[in-house]
Amino acid sequence: MMLAGRHRLGRARSAMAGDVHDPERARRFREAALPHLDEVYTLARYLLRNAADADDAVQECYLRALKHFDTFRGGAIRPWLFAILRNTCKGVYAQRGFADQELAEDAVPLWSEPQETPEAGMLRRREEQSIREMVSALPGQFRETIVLREINGLSYSEIAEIAGVPIGTVMSRLARARSMLRTAWLAIEERAQ
Amino acid sequence: MTCDEADVLLHALIDGELDAARARDVEAHVAGCQRCATELRQFREMRHAMTGASLRFVAPAALRSRIEAAIPVPAARASQPSRRFLLQGFAFGTALSAAAAAGVVLFVVRSGEDERLLGDAVSAHLRSLQAEQHLADVRSADQQVVRPWFSGKVAVAPPVIDLAAQGFTLVGGRLDTIDGKPVAAIVYRRGVHVINLFVGASANAGHTAALGEAVQGFNTQRWSDQGFRFIAISDMGADELRDFHIQFETGLRAGA
Repeated sequence: MMLAGRHRLGRARSAMAGDVHDPERARRFREAALPHLDEVYTLARYLLRNAADADDAVQECYLRALKHFDTFRGGAIRPWLFAILRNTCKGVYAQRGFADQELAEDAVPLWSEPQETPEAGMLRRREEQSIREMVSALPGQFRETIVLREINGLSYSEIAEIAGVPIGTVMSRLARARSMLRTAWLAIEERAQ
Repeated sequence: MTCDEADVLLHALIDGELDAARARDVEAHVAGCQRCATELRQFREMRHAMTGASLRFVAPAALRSRIEAAIPVPAARASQPSRRFLLQGFAFGTALSAAAAAGVVLFVVRSGEDERLLGDAVSAHLRSLQAEQHLADVRSADQQVVRPWFSGKVAVAPPVIDLAAQGFTLVGGRLDTIDGKPVAAIVYRRGVHVINLFVGASANAGHTAALGEAVQGFNTQRWSDQGFRFIAISDMGADELRDFHIQFETGLRAGA
């Protein structure tokens, strides 16, 4: 890919990696990273569940990304940005959004007795707000996995790399996250009837 | 396959992450298991609703400004993606193609005109992604709303096709400029991926086969049909974008 090629040249030229004032490098960063700002912000909102914290984390993430742009090897930039954001969130807000991550992976039953709902019930489109709330209510690692998959649209291997876990763990987290969502979903359906 | 295995694997099936053999195993299990069939149906419906809902947030303008302010701007240049940079990219791409040709690899020559069109398409696509409000001037998932919006704004109103059933949600449309001429940009979304479909008049009324090409990290498909010239561009996979082209063409021919 062209960006990667130019990028390597740039790196060879400035052995002092991380020169945030290099205008050429800054321009490449701007073109590569800024179009994804809304997505990075979205992930931060779900990880931290707080607009002000998300704001701070995203700003910090972009500053770090600019500083370490030389470590970006080309290819898909979104997983790279998300990984930086995730570290930012963990480091700065260890006591907050990620505090509930210790929840045992098997604390939630994977499967509950299927409840036959009327077709129209399940199919009826939930209001965006209630879906957001259901996703936000998930425990940390499950919330992170489902957001990266359903909202950011990453593949299993990209999620595995960002979260630093095997693909099998991504699969089981996703299965549990969806099971929990379904339980919340069906509960809302029931109340609505 | 046991139900326990299927509990996990049917998610990978929904997400298209299984190879063909494994997918067949899961499907065979589901076909013979009422419980897992119900699971699969419910999760698919839930996923469908999640994909259709807007679960994303838009970064506040103040945050965007703070970040932009933190990135140094070359004094002599505007902050927009520069045309020159993009064209340099194409020159580089062409040099690579020439090298490939020398190696007796079958390839398609990109004409000077195509380079210009694709360069403009990349610029316009990037611009449309810079901020949510740049994406569409008319926002509607209804083709009957989007199509008439273009009348009087471009020479010929473009075909707008409802592809919701094929998994591509119509977001809306806007006016854009390609090769110095106003063109219709029809915006679709699949999951997080935005597709810009640029539609202009073509001198050629017939159909030309689609050419798929990666440009500047984006996938593109370009073709002509029924007097229109189409360029589709997106950050989605090449296969997915080809599928978009096929679905759009099928819809166009069906007169949808």
